[in-house]
Amino acid sequence: MRHRPVADVSHLPTYDFGAASPMWWGTLAFIALEATGFALAIGTYFYLAVLAKHWPIGAPAPDLLPGTTILIMLLASVVPNHLVELWARRQDLTKVRIGIVIMSIAGILPLIVRIWEFPALRISWDQNAYGSIVWFLLGLHTSHLLTDVMDTIVLAVLMFTQKGKAGRRLSDVSDNAFYWDFVVVSWVVLYLIIYWVPRI
Amino acid sequence: MSGIAGKAVGQKQEKGLKGIRDTGLEEARLHAFLAHAWQTPKGLYGWLVTVDHKLIGRRYMVTAFLFLVLAGLSALAMRFQLATPEAGHIGPDFYNQLFTMHGTTMMFLFAVPIMEAFAIYLVPLMIGTRNVAFPRLNAFSYWVYLSGGLMIWIAFAFDTGADAGWFSYVPVAGPEYGIGKRPDFWAQMVTYTEVSALAVAVEIIATVFKQRAPGMTLDRIPLYVWSVLIMAFVILFAMPAVMVSSTMLILDRLVGTKFFDPAAGGDVLLWQHLFWFFGHPEVYIIFIPATGFVSAILPTFVRRPVFGYLGIVLSLIAIGLLSFGLWVHHMFATGLPQLGESFFTASSMMIAIPSGIQIFCWIAAIWGGRPIFATPMLFVLGFIFTFVIGGLTGVMVASVPLDLQVHDTYFVVAHLHYVLIGGAVFPLLGAVYYWFPKITGRMLSERLGRWNFWLVFIGFNLTFFPMHILGLQGMPRRVYTYPPASGWGEMNLFVSVSSLVVFAGFALFFLNVLLSLRGGSIAGDNPWGASTLEWATTSPPPSYDFSRLPVVRHREPLWDEPDTLPVVEGLRVDAREVLASTVADAVPQLRQPSAGNSIWPLLSAIAVGGAFLGSIYTPWAVVWGAIPVSISFICWFWPKGEPEDEE
Amino acid sequence: MVTMAMALFHRRRARAGHPPLRIDNHRERRFGRAVVGATASTVLILAALTLTSFFAGRSVASLSGTATLTVRITGHQWWWEIRYPGDNPSRMIVTANEIHVPVGEPVKIKLDSPDVIHSFWVPALGGKRDLIPGRPSELTLIADKPGVYRGQCAEFCGYQHAHMAITVIAESREAFDMWRSRQDAAAAAPVGDEERRGQQAFLSTGCALCHTVRGTPANGTIGPDLTHLASRRALAADTLAMTPGALAAWIADPQSTKPGAKMPRVALSADDLNAVATYLGSLE
Ligand code: HEA
Ligand code: HEA
Ligand code: HEC
Ligand code: CUA
Ligand SMILES: [Cu+2]
Repeated sequence: MRHRPVADVSHLPTYDFGAASPMWWGTLAFIALEATGFALAIGTYFYLAVLAKHWPIGAPAPDLLPGTTILIMLLASVVPNHLVELWARRQDLTKVRIGIVIMSIAGILPLIVRIWEFPALRISWDQNAYGSIVWFLLGLHTSHLLTDVMDTIVLAVLMFTQKGKAGRRLSDVSDNAFYWDFVVVSWVVLYLIIYWVPRI
Repeated sequence: MSGIAGKAVGQKQEKGLKGIRDTGLEEARLHAFLAHAWQTPKGLYGWLVTVDHKLIGRRYMVTAFLFLVLAGLSALAMRFQLATPEAGHIGPDFYNQLFTMHGTTMMFLFAVPIMEAFAIYLVPLMIGTRNVAFPRLNAFSYWVYLSGGLMIWIAFAFDTGADAGWFSYVPVAGPEYGIGKRPDFWAQMVTYTEVSALAVAVEIIATVFKQRAPGMTLDRIPLYVWSVLIMAFVILFAMPAVMVSSTMLILDRLVGTKFFDPAAGGDVLLWQHLFWFFGHPEVYIIFIPATGFVSAILPTFVRRPVFGYLGIVLSLIAIGLLSFGLWVHHMFATGLPQLGESFFTASSMMIAIPSGIQIFCWIAAIWGGRPIFATPMLFVLGFIFTFVIGGLTGVMVASVPLDLQVHDTYFVVAHLHYVLIGGAVFPLLGAVYYWFPKITGRMLSERLGRWNFWLVFIGFNLTFFPMHILGLQGMPRRVYTYPPASGWGEMNLFVSVSSLVVFAGFALFFLNVLLSLRGGSIAGDNPWGASTLEWATTSPPPSYDFSRLPVVRHREPLWDEPDTLPVVEGLRVDAREVLASTVADAVPQLRQPSAGNSIWPLLSAIAVGGAFLGSIYTPWAVVWGAIPVSISFICWFWPKGEPEDEE
Repeated sequence: MVTMAMALFHRRRARAGHPPLRIDNHRERRFGRAVVGATASTVLILAALTLTSFFAGRSVASLSGTATLTVRITGHQWWWEIRYPGDNPSRMIVTANEIHVPVGEPVKIKLDSPDVIHSFWVPALGGKRDLIPGRPSELTLIADKPGVYRGQCAEFCGYQHAHMAITVIAESREAFDMWRSRQDAAAAAPVGDEERRGQQAFLSTGCALCHTVRGTPANGTIGPDLTHLASRRALAADTLAMTPGALAAWIADPQSTKPGAKMPRVALSADDLNAVATYLGSLE
């Protein structure tokens, strides 16, 4: 077929932030499917709770301390997270470098506290269905936390190498911040369910 | 390369623009540059590292068809055993593996992947771009799919084939009654293939949203692309359910969780809810893109646009949405409350409305056009006939009192084959005949094609229609034999013999493909005179799909302007670049670099596969496996200083 | 609809690559109306079907509550345990794979399963209902005509799902009451040497670990109650007819007739085997 040029795209940028970038849509799609996974796990929790005569089954309500600590940590991390995003959009590499290091730490700390959170559930996963589902929920969230922290650390290292200077990497930083919001929001929901539903 | 590059610098390139652009570049040079930038290395290494959506799509197709052959042969084995009452060829142990492997393979390893395969191959071509949005994820999804399929079939070869049916109800598949490691392999295979399907779904959504040719506004998206977009959304919200449930099953079996154990507060129906919340949409994941094939093939062979574009799009969306509200119709016999059941009856009936609208629109298009009865069209007509029957039996089983009678009988087996084969495999075969020239550059033989169609069509109806009657006579499904006194013997013999006709039809199909690969007549760019963009490039398309990216100004671009293609200029030719445009109006936004070849998707898939496989034997495999998995993913994403990374 | 599609075969033909047709707006509007009309009638038909289905479901459901008899059915891999609760617990009848019901009377059937999901289904008597571990359920059934109805487990439940049939015998109230009082009695005492030898072997070789024969020390509960075995029409959930030969064959090697069945092969001498078969064959 003959070609007839009708438009010139030579001056278009090669990266952008947010909804302009395909990566953002990819991230959104992943968030959507993972949120569906969470929703189904939460659905299972309530399904089992409705079936059971007493809820929680054969265990006291979980200990509030570690979970609440993590909640506070994650909520607090929202501030630097959005600052990093802002700096990334402004393409301020120095500030992004500082910010992403802070975010790496802000991700590692709750992971450490998590170690105490599992015993704080005060039931083992193989005792009964209640134990199974709370471990499942917590495990699901931990795996998301873990992957995002790894991603953040890799980006942090990248930012300090020559390759971090590429604008697209900054776009990656902003998508990573977007994902972190999801990790935080999902914890707010799971926290209420794991810790407060057994108390009502 | 440096030679050509050196010359191109002298080209009238604007100052301040990075890289070499296609603006004003003459054809031969353009091809040379693009071919270099988009090439796949030769030989085995190239085969392992490629991220070309066409190579991956083709690979998906071949693999999925191999699984069809395996699953089809298992079906023949079952038919051999069922041909006569109390036959002793195949015992229950093997038979149970056979029907499970048949159903599982057909659903998870054939039907869904083949739809993904065509989507991966066709979508970038149809929307006028050069690759999918995340090419490496695409390569990764194939390797994961392949390893999942190989794993379950190798396990089967070692007498560890899954044997609890394609929906593996607990407790039969649970820790106490599941035999050996059979259900574990099943559950892990499902997890694998869902990972790969989810990756493809994300892929398709981002590609269709962001990489459509300039001017391809929402109302100019080809119907086939609409259908796979909706399929992708259905995958996105349905597949997590089966991943959650298969993980729970594995956990129950391996580490003693109690999700499905009623003695410890679990529930066996929980499995069914989770499974069918996925399982029902699953059948539409197969069916929706099949209707997309029909909407793509039909206009070409009636020489007019399809009737009711908007109606069809809205129907597809409605089917996608409604499919999440039907799952309980597979569970009527479990005795849920009557009101709840009525709700699911009503929603199951409702889904017949959008299905009907599509059928009516197609019929209107045929009516208002001039049909050409080439092989793809024959399959479309065969589809309409068969699917309407299958849909009607679907509506019958949606009614609770009727379903309680025929549930778990051969009536349901008949329904599911009518809709799956009639509703999905017929359009699929039509699609193969239709796009084979594009994919290989050669036409399939029309003569063999006609034989192929009639054998499959007649054989199919002779095989599966009598199953309705068997079901009404009370023959349950999933039985390895039946008593002579039942009187089902003759009809079963008839069914078994007829299935040989289907077999012959499929054999002819494969023969046709093999012969035509070598000896088919040369196709040319657009042998059918079709209207969509994939026909605007050569057959087979070059590694970069289009030498200049097209601009779209009409819903049927090639009918609107048959000889010239409006294109854009200004993209780099020394690096992989595609256009990203706005979601609704397809206004160009970015020159988006596109990832190059990489071995890491394969290595990551191996790492992930190893972790999954190990976890069948010990939960610690997940912990240790995480290390190679992380390493390979980091290497995957780490920029390697290719031209695509620099901007 | 289909015929409409078929009629299209006779329309004018074109060749591949022909230029696309012009669209005639007037005709398009006619098609539009046809599609809308067809859709509207689909909606109407579906609405009618849904309502019919709902009311049919209701009338089936309304049967319960009037039952004159209760039968408890427990599904096992791969046989049915059947109990008729008596006025007091000791008068409960336990049998297997065969239920007797009085004709024309609603019978309440209580279902449960200790192992996997089974499904109770007698095609001639109406719909099926799953037996789900941890979720006992019930269903009401009426046999309008006397007769022998075959039923079969409808939910896949493992190896011998194919051989998990149940027989329903609908008979007059008198016949039913007679059957019931016969079942009430303990097992017949062995008569003659052969039967005595059979009972002896039955009790000493391990059969009694799994089977109950009321009136003897055999009180196992893993397998079917054999107290009135010979009164049943078939063996092992309708796998074999109830004949002396089949009985001996079953005892000699249950695994070859019903591979995977939960009854092991018990080594018996040829004489013992015949004696056991004779004894069990006498348990009318
Ligand atoms: C491609 C796959 C596919 C498709 C498209 C469908 C379509 C439908 N299916 Fe089917 N179904 C399966 C695959 C599919 N099914 C499978 C695999 C199973 C078995 C799973 C297993 O147990 O192994 C199953 C089982 C199944 C059951 C459970 C049966 C049982 O186990 O007891 C039910 C019950 O409601 C059902 C209903 C329907 C309905 C209402 C539709 C509707 O979408 C059909 C709508 C279409 C039409 C009605 C035809 C076109 C319409 C017109 C021409 C308009 C005029 C029509 C009217 C006026 C009625 N299906
Ligand atoms: C897309 C899905 C699909 C397809 C295409 C088919 C195709 C066929 N199916 Fe399948 N079937 C299912 C999906 C499908 N089935 C599902 C989901 C179930 C339920 C499983 C369960 O209960 O869990 C089922 C169950 C099922 C049963 C019921 C089993 C039972 O309940 O006990 C039977 C029985 O007859 C059957 C038969 C067949 C036959 C004869 C074909 C034929 O059409 C097959 C024709 C194909 C071939 C024969 C292969 C061709 C191969 C060649 C020609 C070789 C050429 C050689 C080389 C190139 C080397 N199927
Ligand atoms: C480990 C347990 C076990 C032992 C030991 C055992 N049986 Fe059984 N038996 C079963 C089970 C379970 C069934 C039901 C099998 C089926 O139908 O799938 C059965 C069924 C039967 C039946 C058919 C019952 C019916 O209602 O159709 C007979 C007769 C029988 N057994 C006799 C014997 C004899 C005689 C012996 C000893 C030689 C014996 N069994 C030992 C478990 C056992
Ligand atoms: Cu019990 Cu099937
Ligand atoms: Cu369904």
